[in-house]
Amino acid sequence: MSIDWHLNEEQQLLRDEIRRFAEERIRPGEAERDREHRFPTDLFAEMGELGLLGMLIDEEHGGIGADVLTYALAVEELARASPAISVTMSVTNSVCCWPIQRFGTDEVKASILPHLASGEAIGGFGLTEPGSGSDAGAMKTTARRDGDQWVLDGEKSWITNASVGKYFVVLAKTEPDAGTKGISGFVVPADAEGFSVGAAEEKMGLRSSNTATLYFDGCRIPASHLLAEEGHGFRIAMATLDHSRVGIAAQAVGIHQRALELAVAYANEREQFGRPIARHQAVAFKIASMATELAAARALTYDAALADGKGPDAGRLASQAKLYASEAANRACWESLQIHGGNGFSEEYEIARLYRDVRVTTIYEGTSEMQRMVIARHRLR
Amino acid sequence: MEIQLSDEQKLLRDEVRRFAEEVVRPIAKEIDAEGRFPRAEILQAGEMGLSGVSVPEEWGGAGMNAVSYALVIEEISRVCGSTGVILSVNNSLFCDPVLAFGNDAQKDRFLRPVASGEKVGCFGLTEPGAGSDASALRTTAVRDGDDYVINGNKVFITNGTEADVALIFATVDPEKKHKGITAFVVEADTPGYSHGIHEYKLGVNGSGTTELAFQDMRLSADHRLGEEGDGFKIAMATLDGGRIGIAAQAVGIAQGAFEESVAYAKEREQFGKPISTFQAIQHYIADMSTELDAARLLTWKAAWAKENQKRYSLEAAQAKLFASEIAQRVTNSAVQIHGGYGYIREYNVERYFRDARITEIYEGTSEIQKMVIADWVLNKS
Repeated sequence: MSIDWHLNEEQQLLRDEIRRFAEERIRPGEAERDREHRFPTDLFAEMGELGLLGMLIDEEHGGIGADVLTYALAVEELARASPAISVTMSVTNSVCCWPIQRFGTDEVKASILPHLASGEAIGGFGLTEPGSGSDAGAMKTTARRDGDQWVLDGEKSWITNASVGKYFVVLAKTEPDAGTKGISGFVVPADAEGFSVGAAEEKMGLRSSNTATLYFDGCRIPASHLLAEEGHGFRIAMATLDHSRVGIAAQAVGIHQRALELAVAYANEREQFGRPIARHQAVAFKIASMATELAAARALTYDAALADGKGPDAGRLASQAKLYASEAANRACWESLQIHGGNGFSEEYEIARLYRDVRVTTIYEGTSEMQRMVIARHRLR
Repeated sequence: MEIQLSDEQKLLRDEVRRFAEEVVRPIAKEIDAEGRFPRAEILQAGEMGLSGVSVPEEWGGAGMNAVSYALVIEEISRVCGSTGVILSVNNSLFCDPVLAFGNDAQKDRFLRPVASGEKVGCFGLTEPGAGSDASALRTTAVRDGDDYVINGNKVFITNGTEADVALIFATVDPEKKHKGITAFVVEADTPGYSHGIHEYKLGVNGSGTTELAFQDMRLSADHRLGEEGDGFKIAMATLDGGRIGIAAQAVGIAQGAFEESVAYAKEREQFGKPISTFQAIQHYIADMSTELDAARLLTWKAAWAKENQKRYSLEAAQAKLFASEIAQRVTNSAVQIHGGYGYIREYNVERYFRDARITEIYEGTSEIQKMVIADWVLNKS
């Protein structure tokens, strides 16, 4: 037990490698992909080779079995170049691979995880429905047992990776009248009978990531695709989200870092009143605040990553990190765009895209308001 | 990376918390109301090693590291902001610079009695016309044979009414601006040294804040800390460390206010149920918890960097800026949660709210911290 802020050598090496990959391979095409709403299939093959899609999968199933802090560092570095790619990556890792590894049957783990880990298959997570967002317990999708199969009916909305994913962790009611205790978790392959995907959503940001609705119309999957036991679905979903919030916090930190870098570069270069605008206190102090809030967001995120899975405070720390990092990143993008002046409002400048991309971080995987409920519940119990 | 207190640090924290609860809490309200310096309790804290936490045992201190020091200041400030700042000044602004820049004879004569808790120290930099712009100070030190003759005035000197020994700054040549500034250690019974009466303040009202006046005060050269002209460097280095103490003080004040708020919210009933069951109150608690944790992490990070001889002036400025500003918000929310009772002196949060305010001002205003941070971020990284 000690306070030691050093990353170990392995973490530093991996972070540097991902940073290089992100700067060389991801950043150059990002503006274009965003403009064209184009999902970068080829890059995911490369990311699979680097081990980035099976970070939380153990080596036995083809993953790299990284600790959560290392995972957070990877998400941060990817988000710094492309928030859209980082969310595709974090969804595959955090809310698809992780619950399958944690709660899946041996058969499912052996047959599915290696495909996800290699990048050959991308994963998704179906919890939200048109009528149930924060109130996940109100979901309407059902699953009933029929012989050695489960049959799902319903729909899931705002699903990241919907059109590109091959496997989805899906929550459905096996006992519709039992509230959250009637929810169970399943793994649904995209080629299952009765499964289909709607048209891609037009989003404000993260446009090179794919988001759409999943439809289950008498969708049949093998009995072995149940996660843990019947009725455990809500717990699985909450555990998954507790954990994945560290990933979204890291994503927000990566975006915040980039917004700061862009602001620093612009402020040092742009001249008004005969000197760089960075020499004006109004601008310099914005940058000081952005840098300080970034340090705070990063500290909360790394602390939550280190605490993940250890002890009763882990969920609160993850929610605090997600809440703070996402709100701070929104402020940072706002201020960075402000520093860019009129140029920041032009899509020629990266900050315009970041400003759109960052907006969702206070919404998905639990809105800020839901995080506050989680935190308060811990503190007031 | 690891962010866990060691067993030794936990023991220290528990021991200091017990002392704070048993000895300091009972007098906190009274010293604030009466503007009384808690001399007996400070000497008692000194006996426990709390006046020279990071001073090696050979010079009378407790020989602990900077994180331990932050824990001490947090725990004391959690019950009493005045006592917190008194100890912070003793440690950070007197012991640290004498330890870092003094020769052995000076350490023996000036450091040992303060570090071991027999005497109280203070730090005289600010003047009526030189606050943030410390290099504009006008106190003069004129060489006269082997001696210096000092004339001038210092204001807002914490511990000033009680200090037995002071670290002061004067210029040997005002033309040289900051390069003329020189540091001296002076005992309060030196002829020509005098202090004013206690300033009645908005908060931290027990900290013995007053003016110092030097009238033809003659000091032999062995009172000089470092060389002529080293004073500005000494002052700046001292304030870097002092900021960790003030950050820890702010965290402690916020922690105290947070705990009072949680207890009050659970107990106070309105509309037939505890106010903690209302979302508005829960969300205050969630934000307080989140910002408090972030501030503590930044404080520990700066302390860790200091004890590992890393650069820490950026980290200390960020910790101080962030912690002092969240202390203001957290104590404000604490008063709000307490409603009318929060505005009444009988309730501790009224005092916490007033005590927090100065943390944004002393040892470098928030604006000075932002100048320091912006300089690092814009020019040095």
